[in-house]
Amino acid sequence: MSKLPELVRKHERDLQAGWLQHMPASVRRSDLIKDAELQSQTRDFLGALVEGVRSGFLTDLDAPAWEKARELMRSISASRAVQGFTPSETAAFVLALKQPLFHIIRKELAANPDELFQEIWNATLLLDQIAMFTTEAYAASREQLIKRQQEELMELSTPVVKLWEGIVALPIIGTLDSARTQVVMESLLQTVVQTNSRFAIIDITGVPTVDTLVAQHLLKTITAARLMGAECIISGVRPQIAQTIVHLGIDLAQVITKAKLSDALALCLQKSGRTVVRTATRKTHAEAANGKGE
Amino acid sequence: MERIPILRMGSFLLVTIQVDMHDRLALQLQDDLTQKIAETGAIGVLIDISTLEIVDSFIGRMLANIAAMARVLDAETVVVGMQPAVAITLVELGMSLEGVRTALNVESGMELLYELRGNFRPELTDEAVEG
Repeated sequence: MSKLPELVRKHERDLQAGWLQHMPASVRRSDLIKDAELQSQTRDFLGALVEGVRSGFLTDLDAPAWEKARELMRSISASRAVQGFTPSETAAFVLALKQPLFHIIRKELAANPDELFQEIWNATLLLDQIAMFTTEAYAASREQLIKRQQEELMELSTPVVKLWEGIVALPIIGTLDSARTQVVMESLLQTVVQTNSRFAIIDITGVPTVDTLVAQHLLKTITAARLMGAECIISGVRPQIAQTIVHLGIDLAQVITKAKLSDALALCLQKSGRTVVRTATRKTHAEAANGKGE
Repeated sequence: MERIPILRMGSFLLVTIQVDMHDRLALQLQDDLTQKIAETGAIGVLIDISTLEIVDSFIGRMLANIAAMARVLDAETVVVGMQPAVAITLVELGMSLEGVRTALNVESGMELLYELRGNFRPELTDEAVEG
């Protein structure tokens, strides 16, 4: 039977004092966290630790007895992620408990080397696990943040603009992945129905790279638009992208592609039986303006 | 048994699907439509699916089949008014309905048919008046 629970309970005060005292300045980071908060964190943590080790499951953090400790570490990690600690600083916070804990174990069990070794081994296993858990919790809270930002970005970046009666354009900025294609496709098709547009121009000037997957997503969107009775034109194909497309062997033969958005618009106008006529040359325009002034 | 009505407009046929499409209804439509094309000598078929909200691969294939059959009988098929969700579903099912012509609504569908068939307007011919 391990003596660890008993030792921790007996020396809880000393442990907390030792922990705070021996914490290296790089881990302490008094610029990021206040003394009072740190003290309450260490106190709560030791309380949870006592409860956990008392259960006897010294190496199994998934046991129900550790629930409180896990919850506590999760909230500490999350708050430290927000405060600007690095993951290693967060883990080092827990690992800094080793020194005072080993110190106490040595003091109590100096007479029995076998037992001393065993308890130190138990303690080190336990604290390593908790430290790893904090790193994981830290990463999880970061991940959540990234996911939320991704969603916000997605909503931000799929505008559909009407260029002319019956002609809409969809400038795509950023990389096209499956989730974004879905949003792009839906908003494009919705707009086609709402504005009753026969032509849709997808402008890929802002798409950094086109690989087979992106091309496949584009083709899907174009096919869906065609099924609804709208014609799709891809514009904004940069020279490098044209090269990539050919090198990858992507077949865009079924799709009309144009280098510039203006070319695509001109084609749409032509196809819908419209022409754009210049009403005056620059010179006559200037003369007209002068004549007005006199 | 319910049927999907097929209306004749001069030399075009107009099919408006306003009920949920189930498989038997689809097959019935296929039968009726080919029969009607042969009977009337129609040169264009316009299928309005703007109220159709659910499709499966069978209905998708049926649309493609009807177009192919109509082509054999020398009539062009235009599918009009497909909903965005339906279009996405068909694309995800891998059915791009090659060979089926599409338009946004009945009006532009009719225009497309006129275009495809030259300037052959479906004026009422003597035969049509008698029929």
